[in-house]
Amino acid sequence: MAVAIVLCLWGCGRKETNVIRGDREQILFKGNGTEPAGIDPHVVTGVTEHNILTALFEGLVSENPIDLHPEPGVAKSWEISEDGRTYTFHLRENARWSNGDPVRAQDFVYSFRRILSPGLGAEYAYMLYPLRNGKAFNTGKIDDFSEVGVKTEGDLTLIIELENPTPYFLELLNHASWWPVHPPTIEKFGRIDQRGTPWTRPGNIVTNGAFTLKDWKINQHLVVEKNPLYWDAQEVELNEIHFLPIDSIDAEERAFRTGHIHLTETIPLHRIDYYRENRPELIRFDPYLGTYYYRINTNVSPLGDKRVRLALAMTINREEITRYVLKGGQNPAYHYTPPDTNGYTALSRFEYDVERARELLAEAGFPGGRGFPELELLYNTSEAHRSIAVAIQQMWNEALNIKVKLLNEEWKVYLASVTNGDFQISRAGWIGDYNDPNTFLDMWLTGGGNNMTGWSNSEYDRFIELAGRAIDARERFEYFQQAEAILMDEMPVIPIYFYVSNLLIHPSVKGWHPTILDHHPYKFVSLAAEEDTVGLNTDH
Amino acid sequence: MSVMPTDIPENDPAPEIRAADLEEGTSLWKDAWHRLCQNHLAILGLGIFVFVTLLSIFGPFLTPYSYETTNLAYGPRPPSLEHWLGTDDLGRDLLTRLLHGGRVSIGVGFCATAVSLLIGVLYGAVSGYLGGKTDAVMMRLVDILYALPFTIFVILLMVIFGRNIILLFVAIGAVEWLTMARIVRGQVSVLKTREFIEAAVSLGLNQRRIILRHIIPNVLGPIIVYSTLTVPAVMLLEAVLSFLGLGVQPPMSSWGLLIKEGAEKMDVYPWLLISPALIFSATLFSLNFLGDGLRDALDPQSSTD
Amino acid sequence: MLKFICIRILQTIPVLLIIATLTFFMVRLAPGDPISNEKTVPPEIRANLEAFYGFDDSLWVQYLRYMGNLLHGDLGPSYKYVGWSVNELIAQSFPVSLELGIYAFIIALLLGTAAGVVAALKKNSLADYVPMSFAMAGICLPTFVMGPMLVLVFAMWLGWFNPLGWTYWYDRVLPALTLGLYYSAYIARLSRGGMLEILSQDFIRTARAKGLPEKIVVLRHAIKGGLLPVISFMGPAFAGLISGSFVVETIFFIPGLGRFFIMAAFNRDYTMILGTVLFYATLIIILNLVVDVLLVLLNPRMSFD
Repeated sequence: MAVAIVLCLWGCGRKETNVIRGDREQILFKGNGTEPAGIDPHVVTGVTEHNILTALFEGLVSENPIDLHPEPGVAKSWEISEDGRTYTFHLRENARWSNGDPVRAQDFVYSFRRILSPGLGAEYAYMLYPLRNGKAFNTGKIDDFSEVGVKTEGDLTLIIELENPTPYFLELLNHASWWPVHPPTIEKFGRIDQRGTPWTRPGNIVTNGAFTLKDWKINQHLVVEKNPLYWDAQEVELNEIHFLPIDSIDAEERAFRTGHIHLTETIPLHRIDYYRENRPELIRFDPYLGTYYYRINTNVSPLGDKRVRLALAMTINREEITRYVLKGGQNPAYHYTPPDTNGYTALSRFEYDVERARELLAEAGFPGGRGFPELELLYNTSEAHRSIAVAIQQMWNEALNIKVKLLNEEWKVYLASVTNGDFQISRAGWIGDYNDPNTFLDMWLTGGGNNMTGWSNSEYDRFIELAGRAIDARERFEYFQQAEAILMDEMPVIPIYFYVSNLLIHPSVKGWHPTILDHHPYKFVSLAAEEDTVGLNTDH
Repeated sequence: MSVMPTDIPENDPAPEIRAADLEEGTSLWKDAWHRLCQNHLAILGLGIFVFVTLLSIFGPFLTPYSYETTNLAYGPRPPSLEHWLGTDDLGRDLLTRLLHGGRVSIGVGFCATAVSLLIGVLYGAVSGYLGGKTDAVMMRLVDILYALPFTIFVILLMVIFGRNIILLFVAIGAVEWLTMARIVRGQVSVLKTREFIEAAVSLGLNQRRIILRHIIPNVLGPIIVYSTLTVPAVMLLEAVLSFLGLGVQPPMSSWGLLIKEGAEKMDVYPWLLISPALIFSATLFSLNFLGDGLRDALDPQSSTD
Repeated sequence: MLKFICIRILQTIPVLLIIATLTFFMVRLAPGDPISNEKTVPPEIRANLEAFYGFDDSLWVQYLRYMGNLLHGDLGPSYKYVGWSVNELIAQSFPVSLELGIYAFIIALLLGTAAGVVAALKKNSLADYVPMSFAMAGICLPTFVMGPMLVLVFAMWLGWFNPLGWTYWYDRVLPALTLGLYYSAYIARLSRGGMLEILSQDFIRTARAKGLPEKIVVLRHAIKGGLLPVISFMGPAFAGLISGSFVVETIFFIPGLGRFFIMAAFNRDYTMILGTVLFYATLIIILNLVVDVLLVLLNPRMSFD
């Protein structure tokens, strides 16, 4: 203890915080949630990784920092054929890799070939399935990559042919799976389809984005620094970004409060009220393209009866859950696709209606909940999932007189249970891969890998297929509306709320706009110190 | 460093006599009970412990609230006249939840400690007493079990046997007995070199009798102390197991879980940590006094004090 | 003694092989795999991935392949952290955990034995109750309570330390205290018990009767025997300090091996689980060997048999 006291006396002198130093030197310190599984854009899948990759790489198009609409990236312009199946991209002459090599159209062909190579085992290879023969190459049906719909004309023209007109194709290009890698670097450390070579290490990696990798210590930090060779380098204001993988959300919040980081990845539930009341300028509630829902196993009696499913859906008081349990400005969900998904908002919706739900349950043969077997509700261990489950358990018990048993499982066990259909009702969430209703609705196709409800409806399948081939945007959305109407009438999944991205952000961070995919192109982010940078902690 | 003082007579005849005393098991326990009753702290500890246990069993019937009824709009509030210990973030009465959780924690704490005690003491005593190759094999087995990944072990248990309260004890017992075995073995391997054990051997007593009647009573001190340490460890381990889905399921709770949740929210809702931590500590303090009392009472040497 | 150590080291080899084998099959039997994720990938892609990891071979082939690599000291690539080998990750993070463990161990040992010995000497006085009450409080406040509490007071309110990080030397203080205080509570309890045991024994009484100064009686004669339970506990404790630091490493955001060890199980990072398990097993076995050697050295009546 004596030692501690001596140390404390020494430590009393106020140290300069990361935030103050960062504001002065344009260094952004960002809590990144968890250690990235890697930074190979063709291998990794998570949001955490994507947040880092956007600093390091740039695709054919980039994103507008406010509404994410596609803007010129490596390609300075493009043309789309009338049938919507051929895209011709014109690459800019001054696009450079961080080692000085020009970014050429051939690099993209190489990159597409890499992610589609079966040997690489890329999980997100299916993002490239819209490419003509992309799926065939990835699944080994064809071996000759020249049959895949991508070719070059000279170094600066890239022509992409698609299987179907894909109206959201340009949005898709903002997914890391479409981004280029530097072929000589890949070849230097292994084969084109070799996973896990050290090419992503500091010193080895060559990137084409606004930043390059400076330092990476696992579980400690990942540092990127401004890439002077980036074609738009004069627009980039940040000199460095430090990504800190702080897994404990409480520790992350403390780090924010003491000026260790500018931005957090999320915020602990029980902290929201404090910030909302005392420091509302520091907390953000930005809509996020995702739906939290309960997945029903329709193969289990009596959940095979849609009246039972509807009754369950109608007796969840979503306002109470979002307001008192989640507190983070989430929107109650009465349909599945989040509102305004690239202009699409579902028209069909159901209501919170206990009376109607009781009638439905009685029609299904359980008047007053009599004879209804005990249900099992499965969720993966987490405070929020547990609180929601406890609240819903009560609601169903009060409204329908149904007993529900809660089961929590560790993440991977939960995944195995859900995949094997070993559940009755399970908690689930879906974050859109791209800003289009398709990413939410095509998952409920019969036998879809992420369906897992056992639900199947040929009418639904037909509408999704029609939407896939439609060229006209209005017609396409109309098909989606019809499909979603069927989904909500059959209710194989019970939507609960639409996600928001809750985070703490220091006032000195500029250009961090709320975007539906929670993408924040770092080249538009800057730091400007304000008078109120200290004192975050002292007023508490 | 290991020079034993030579000026101390080592062939003290007393232990042999005591070894004979030990054969009279009943009088030993009677004596011990008598001595325990004279230890006020120990009796106080026993009293508190019995009180907390009774409170956990009957308390939830006395409070006007249910441990599971949520009141979302009411939310987390500090202690008040309606809710003596406040409410948690789902608006549930903390007092009721705390008392209800005591059932789980006390139950688990004792059963699992008993399991680990039984296995650990016997195993350690046998290993330490027999020594040689048997000891080597038995202790290497402990090393192996120490090393296996606990998370995976628990998950596998649940896959194979389903969710079962018995598994909770198995899982906890399976880890907790290992340290107990090592401690007992260490004590016993020293103890068996003492004269009264050698005397018992030369008297031709069989090994089972020697271990049960002479060895174990003489290592009771560390065993009791370590057991009182195991109880809290077990109660907290239970919270970890709930994370894996074994153990209590919401809306039920336990002290370990309440403390764990309270710790996360301590600077926002301090009452969620304080009262669970207090009742947990009070129980452990009482157990500890009781343990010390028992240790003194059962100590064969202390009879001459 | 040298022979004893050699034999024990030789015993280690089969022990590690058994651990590797058991762990290998345990992790494979557990539900979930490194590939599974919230979003299910199309079956064709899953097949590609399984082929990459060699999961399409039979389990025996995979086992033999793993053991083959193991014999060359190659723990394989991490399945979670693409592009990093398990050897590299352990080499990067173990020194951090070791450093933290050593500081915590020193704190635990010094505070624990000092409190325990003093308490035993002044049994049933204030000098007994006060340190023992602190020790009990230490046990009631597990690391996940103590850690945030220390952070709250010393980092958030007083601003003396950083609430997290492992950059500056003073970043070591709070984590080492958190971890050390918990174990010191155990050591205090065990050493008090052990000392009481010894102090009531005949050779100590004889020594006192002979008029040896109390200081010599305690320091030369009693401590050696009295700390036996502590020494038996030291092996598991030190191992616990360097492997069980997951909670502390998470609270304080320390890049140590404890986080890998626990997260590997949750990620089903097969090679990482095996790698860390084997690494820790080796460590625990060595520590237990040290403890066993110490036990004998402190007890001349025991021998290395």
